[in-house]
Amino acid sequence: MSLNQATRVAVLLSIGQHPVTARARRADQDARALELALQLNHADVIPLHVGQLNEHNEAALRSYLGMGISQIKLIGNSDILLGLEQGVRESQANIVLCGSRAETGEGSGLVPYLLAKKLGWPIVSGLVSIEKLDQGSATLLQALPRGQRRKLKVSLPAVLAVDPAAAVARQSAFGPAQRGAITPQKLSSIEAVSGAEVKHNSALHSFLWQFQPAKKRPKRLKIIKATSARDRFKAAAAKADASGGKVLQGVSADDAANEIIKLLLEESVLNLDGHL
Amino acid sequence: MSENMNNSTLRRDPRREWILRNRLHPQHSEIATEDSSSDVLHEWMGPQGIKRKAPHNIGFIGPNGIRRIDRSGTQQAGSASRKEIAQQPSRRSHQIQHPQQYILVVADMTGGRLSAQDKDILGLAHQLAAKKAETAVMLVVFGEHKEAAFAEAGVDRLLHIEGEAFDGFSPDLRLAWLTAIERELHPDYWLFPDSGLGGGDLGRRLAVELDVHAATGLWQVNLKEQPISCVCRAAASTQDLTRELPRVILALSECAEPISDSLHAVQEFNLVRQPLDQLPRIQDLGAVAVDPASVSLAEAEFILSGGNGIRDWDGFHQTAEILGATEGASRVAVDDGYMPRDRQVGATGTWVTARVYMAVGISGAIQHLQGIQSCDKVICINTDAGCDMVKRADLALIGDSTEILAAVRRKVSELKQEKRHVA
Repeated sequence: MSLNQATRVAVLLSIGQHPVTARARRADQDARALELALQLNHADVIPLHVGQLNEHNEAALRSYLGMGISQIKLIGNSDILLGLEQGVRESQANIVLCGSRAETGEGSGLVPYLLAKKLGWPIVSGLVSIEKLDQGSATLLQALPRGQRRKLKVSLPAVLAVDPAAAVARQSAFGPAQRGAITPQKLSSIEAVSGAEVKHNSALHSFLWQFQPAKKRPKRLKIIKATSARDRFKAAAAKADASGGKVLQGVSADDAANEIIKLLLEESVLNLDGHL
Repeated sequence: MSENMNNSTLRRDPRREWILRNRLHPQHSEIATEDSSSDVLHEWMGPQGIKRKAPHNIGFIGPNGIRRIDRSGTQQAGSASRKEIAQQPSRRSHQIQHPQQYILVVADMTGGRLSAQDKDILGLAHQLAAKKAETAVMLVVFGEHKEAAFAEAGVDRLLHIEGEAFDGFSPDLRLAWLTAIERELHPDYWLFPDSGLGGGDLGRRLAVELDVHAATGLWQVNLKEQPISCVCRAAASTQDLTRELPRVILALSECAEPISDSLHAVQEFNLVRQPLDQLPRIQDLGAVAVDPASVSLAEAEFILSGGNGIRDWDGFHQTAEILGATEGASRVAVDDGYMPRDRQVGATGTWVTARVYMAVGISGAIQHLQGIQSCDKVICINTDAGCDMVKRADLALIGDSTEILAAVRRKVSELKQEKRHVA
């Protein structure tokens, strides 16, 4: 890729919440997204945050700066989605990197999809790494369950949502965090639209929504469909029995190995094509 | 004889009865077994139309000479109840001839079969369907499947969309199909499992497409309230959000009970207007071979775990490499410095979800057994046959772990060589 057409990567940063202390912190997945962006060669990283700057979230925002970026663009006073859309458009980014779910608020994971719809770009979720950036397309690695990976090619511009399995973000250094700048961004078109658009926003009826601390989910009961009293009694009185596994004592090592290999092949976890 | 007992005079055989009473008689067992087959009824209709019972004839004489009464009906001969049980259909049939509305469920079908979460969501769909008459639950299946029990899981209508494109990641095409269904049927609800890349991704795409603020991470629906409300996990599962129930629902597992007592007509359904083919913006380049050592312990499928009983750690690492297993360790092995801390399995380390867990030289402290609770198959190699890990294991081998692991390495290498020669 020629240098004058360097990829411009907008990274969407949000304020996270520590799962135990509930203190504001850098959001884990957003930090991973920023880490991914910083690992790219020849890419301009444009960190964006929509919201107000106050004493509660300044430390959290600054911890992103401590990862080695000089400034964060702050888009204040607006609907989040509109602010993001305008911010991304004005930064002329062709890749948007973000975490897949916020750590505060509803945390529905819908924002990347809504933003992609607004921008008219494709979206890929579950991103683990960006393998290659070409003219107009990117080769990505996507996380599948059980640690498996899949390679995808997506046409740019695109929105990429980072999976929790992506590389862990680097530590935040205190000095750069204090020196970095959080620059408020004046967006040209935002004030005019915001009033009219917010009415359409479905978040309006969310004042009926109630947030409570998460309740522990009830454990599913074992449902007993017994026709006779005897069956019901047996089910109720049954002990959680031992698994009743096979115990082989005094067998030769070869026989033991055969037993193990038989079970591994039955469960199809043993791949005989691989390394010798 | 027994046939006559109901209507005609009762004929007794005193000698026979005497033998039956005397279990020391040489002919006792012979006659008793004859009786239990059909001869003695313990319940019959008397001549006046009154049910007569002979309590002494109930049950059978057990091996210790004590009368045993088995009320499950399995061992009682001649009892009508057994036949009745067999004839009863175990599930009632649930038919909807002319559905007025539909509830759509898009299943993940991991491994080509309905997952437990898919079944829970079908259960939730039927709870919602019961609120309105003539509402059918339709399941959308993309690509090949191996499922044979759609009827038991509660599928009224099945929309099976075939095509090679569905083998890989094809969200645009899937979304095009879902929007085509939306246009044709305008279902009451769309239900998805809120799971990583399957329903979680597709459901959000559809919600955005339909301009619906979807309920994500839903785990409870309050059907009694008007309008129906639901409880969703919010803020990284630290909060519960109670809100109205939208049309697009992404539900967690165990959000409702799966269907267990009805049998549904799995009627094939076809769309009148199918979506047009389009140029995909996302191209699937296929799966990537993953180094098992790089897979995080929590999501590894096959773990070889070592503990205090291991003498030959080099052999252990070699075995893991040859088997293609992710390495784990017990706390003692980590404390002694044989394995890094991030490889520790157990309550204080990582809770693993492996399908196969192989514990070598681990006796099974309670914290370790907690950590492997959700493993399917546990193989254990240990010198002590009485340890807790042996009790937990599905296959326990008592012997020297160094020798057994060496034998495993040798055998697997041989198998691989053979396979290579054949190919």
